[in-house]
Amino acid sequence: MWPRPWMGPVVWTAGLGFLVWSAVNLEVSPERIARGLARFGAVAARAFPPDFHRGGLLAEGILESVEIATLSTLLGTLLGIPVAVLAARNVVALPVYAAGRGAITLARTFHELIVAIIFVKAVGFGPLAGVLTLTVNSLGFFSKLLAERIETIDRGQIEAIRATGASRGAVLLYGVLPQVLPRIIGLTIYQWDIHLRQSTIIGIVGAGGIGATLYNAFSRYDYDFALAILLVIVAIVLVGEGVSALARRSAQ
Amino acid sequence: MLEVAGLEKTYPTGDHALRGVSLRVDGPDAVFIIGPSGAGKSTLLRCINRLVEPDAGVIRLDGQEITALEGAALRAARRGMGMIFQEFNLVERLTVMENVLSGRLGYVSLWRAWRRRFPSEDVEAAFTTLARVGLAGFENKRADALSGGQRQRVGIARALVQRPKILLVDEPTSSLDPKTSEAVMALIVELAAEEGIPALVNIHDVPMARAFARRIVGLNDGRVVYDGPVDGLTPEVLERIYGGTPEVAR
Repeated sequence: MWPRPWMGPVVWTAGLGFLVWSAVNLEVSPERIARGLARFGAVAARAFPPDFHRGGLLAEGILESVEIATLSTLLGTLLGIPVAVLAARNVVALPVYAAGRGAITLARTFHELIVAIIFVKAVGFGPLAGVLTLTVNSLGFFSKLLAERIETIDRGQIEAIRATGASRGAVLLYGVLPQVLPRIIGLTIYQWDIHLRQSTIIGIVGAGGIGATLYNAFSRYDYDFALAILLVIVAIVLVGEGVSALARRSAQ
Repeated sequence: MLEVAGLEKTYPTGDHALRGVSLRVDGPDAVFIIGPSGAGKSTLLRCINRLVEPDAGVIRLDGQEITALEGAALRAARRGMGMIFQEFNLVERLTVMENVLSGRLGYVSLWRAWRRRFPSEDVEAAFTTLARVGLAGFENKRADALSGGQRQRVGIARALVQRPKILLVDEPTSSLDPKTSEAVMALIVELAAEEGIPALVNIHDVPMARAFARRIVGLNDGRVVYDGPVDGLTPEVLERIYGGTPEVAR
């Protein structure tokens, strides 16, 4: 397996050494974990019962999160369809394909929190930054999966439409779109489901939604209010999952 | 009138599909092209409407040099050639009506095509043609709900609403059972005669070709090795066309 017999022990020793050094450097110790668990118990005790008194603030944040998720999903789909076409090897020329793939890779490179920080710097605090963040996130996810679907479509149907003298656009409309429409619908719903989750976190860096409220509750030691927020997030994510499951089944 | 002269095609894979094919179709006649698989039959048809790009040679349809066309002019020329496919190649998730009307896509704007607003005469023609191929009442069924024979009839209707000058028919019955095959082939020959247009029909089934053809073109390894009346298909001629091919592959 190793090109030289002495390499095996050296690599193993180095790897093990790095692990030990990491644990020491990061001060990972059983004792600290135990202390942390005890403190978590105290936090949990103070969080009960959840405090729903500031319902207005809670509802406002959640609504904003849902709005961010929905709007960015819509934008992501509208922008994602053309990008997916450009990134499908079987419908465009090689240079276009390379550009399309490049755009998708770029959109997928950074975690949404990093993208959110950049957009907050660019357009300021608030939900607009959140919408832009998740739209970029859509582009990466939606376009990549749709492009892969387009690459597996039945070529015969495209050939038949081309043979009628149809233009490139008409071939896309009649030869390609009907074949991938169920996928577009499915991905859009799935994307919305994911965005619902993500829209609850990006508020932490100032990109709108319930995340900011949650972060503030924690930093002010309002653990009971924080628990209320967490419970509502769980509820909203479950509802989103249910809706998306239903919608996907009816889109088959 | 269709004129093919010196057609050459080598695929990037190195497969030399056509080696100087020439043929002429003068009148509104159905010409049956036979030959073993790999002889270049499909490539020949696809070169005529330039779905496949020939390397050399000239194709003329009613005096227009198809091989000299590019872009919009090529697409306009394709409208004049109706193609029928072995696997039908219907857009599975669209209705029968949408599939037939897709034969008019070369004539309508993208915006109209998107909204399914085809000119009323196109829609009328689609209804009439569907009735003619025996599918009246099937307009709103989805293509993937049809049987093989019905699908091929939709394919035929799609080619016909183009108002083509020629039909390019690629193994139209290979995916059908024997009884349906005969009915579909009869329909194609009949409709071409009715429209007064020639049809180039690829077929691997020699008895079927004998039953429907007057003129036969035999292809072997990318060359025309026979071009003449169906009566001339003697065992020696068949040997020339299928030479070296085992019986089962004929």
